[in-house]
Amino acid sequence: MDHTPPVPLAKIYGLFFRIGLFSFGGQLTAWIHREVVLVRGWMTNEEFLSGMALSQILPGVNSTNTAVFVGQRLRGAWGATVAITAMLTGPFFAVILAGILYKWIIGWHGVQSIMEGVAAVALGMLARMAISTGQSAIRGVMPALAMLITFVAVGVLRWPMLWVVAVVAPISVLICYFQGRRDEG
Amino acid sequence: MKDENIYLALVAILAPLSIAAIGGATGIYAPLQHETVELRQWMTPREFIDLFAIARLAPGPGSMLAPLIGWKVAGVGGALLATLALYLPSSMLCYGAARVWNRHRGKPWHRAIEGGLSPVAAGLIFAGILALLQLGETGPLSWFTVALVAGLLMWRPKLHPLLLIGCGALVFFLLHVAGA
Repeated sequence: MDHTPPVPLAKIYGLFFRIGLFSFGGQLTAWIHREVVLVRGWMTNEEFLSGMALSQILPGVNSTNTAVFVGQRLRGAWGATVAITAMLTGPFFAVILAGILYKWIIGWHGVQSIMEGVAAVALGMLARMAISTGQSAIRGVMPALAMLITFVAVGVLRWPMLWVVAVVAPISVLICYFQGRRDEG
Repeated sequence: MKDENIYLALVAILAPLSIAAIGGATGIYAPLQHETVELRQWMTPREFIDLFAIARLAPGPGSMLAPLIGWKVAGVGGALLATLALYLPSSMLCYGAARVWNRHRGKPWHRAIEGGLSPVAAGLIFAGILALLQLGETGPLSWFTVALVAGLLMWRPKLHPLLLIGCGALVFFLLHVAGA
């Protein structure tokens, strides 16, 4: 279907290693989205988003699930193994190092304010991702409505995410399917 | 309980959490605290809160708290085992789902699912941002920073996040020193 040459495993390793090591403040999914979709163009925005939705619905940590999804899409079983291993290598040693140094770190008063700053920037990255996903997801009234209903139900009303997705997603998909058939026919 | 093998215990705690944690890492903190502090008394509540803070300080997913607990109770081997127990089961499940999903790329129903799921995903991201902003004692400075960073990245998409993170840390720290 697509004739682009496969992404080398070494590149997948290098990218996910950097994402894992530099992702201070969390929000790794926003990092992955930025690198894989915006900077490198390895996947389209829609491909990534559907994978992200899958990662959220499935059990497990969202960011590692997303890494597995992207790796699988790019290079199958090896791609998935390499992506998640690479992404966890840096944090694994970093967290142990922080554990060794923690008496000094916790005792230092500036650390709280630095963490707040880092977390706010990471959240800003997530907001930027939300805006661009919103832009690409809204192709008409129905997708916009699906997005709004999901946001209000999960974010504002705090309804359980799984139930909201279980109701909204099938309806949204069905509408998409029939619109696609109508456009073709 | 006292004679329980600590490695086996780590796997017994974390492997079920791997599959049970639907909706992300935030769901694992409470059961993890219950198992390690109250049931097995591997650490005091204070120590648990410190480890939680450390895991957030280090790069990577917040769920790296689990390897950190593994390291604290059983050294590097414990950390490695905790990582595998927490991430392997859910990753294999996700791999299976991704494989089935990606195999059918290009088919009309696949395009429909992709097009139908992406607005739902976008709604979930917005909901996540709202939850995170309401979670901490985030002041106006945090809200302002979130908006500023999002705006900067819209304007210059390839601006490196590390640069922004460094600036954010510095500004918040300087304001702290200045007593703001």
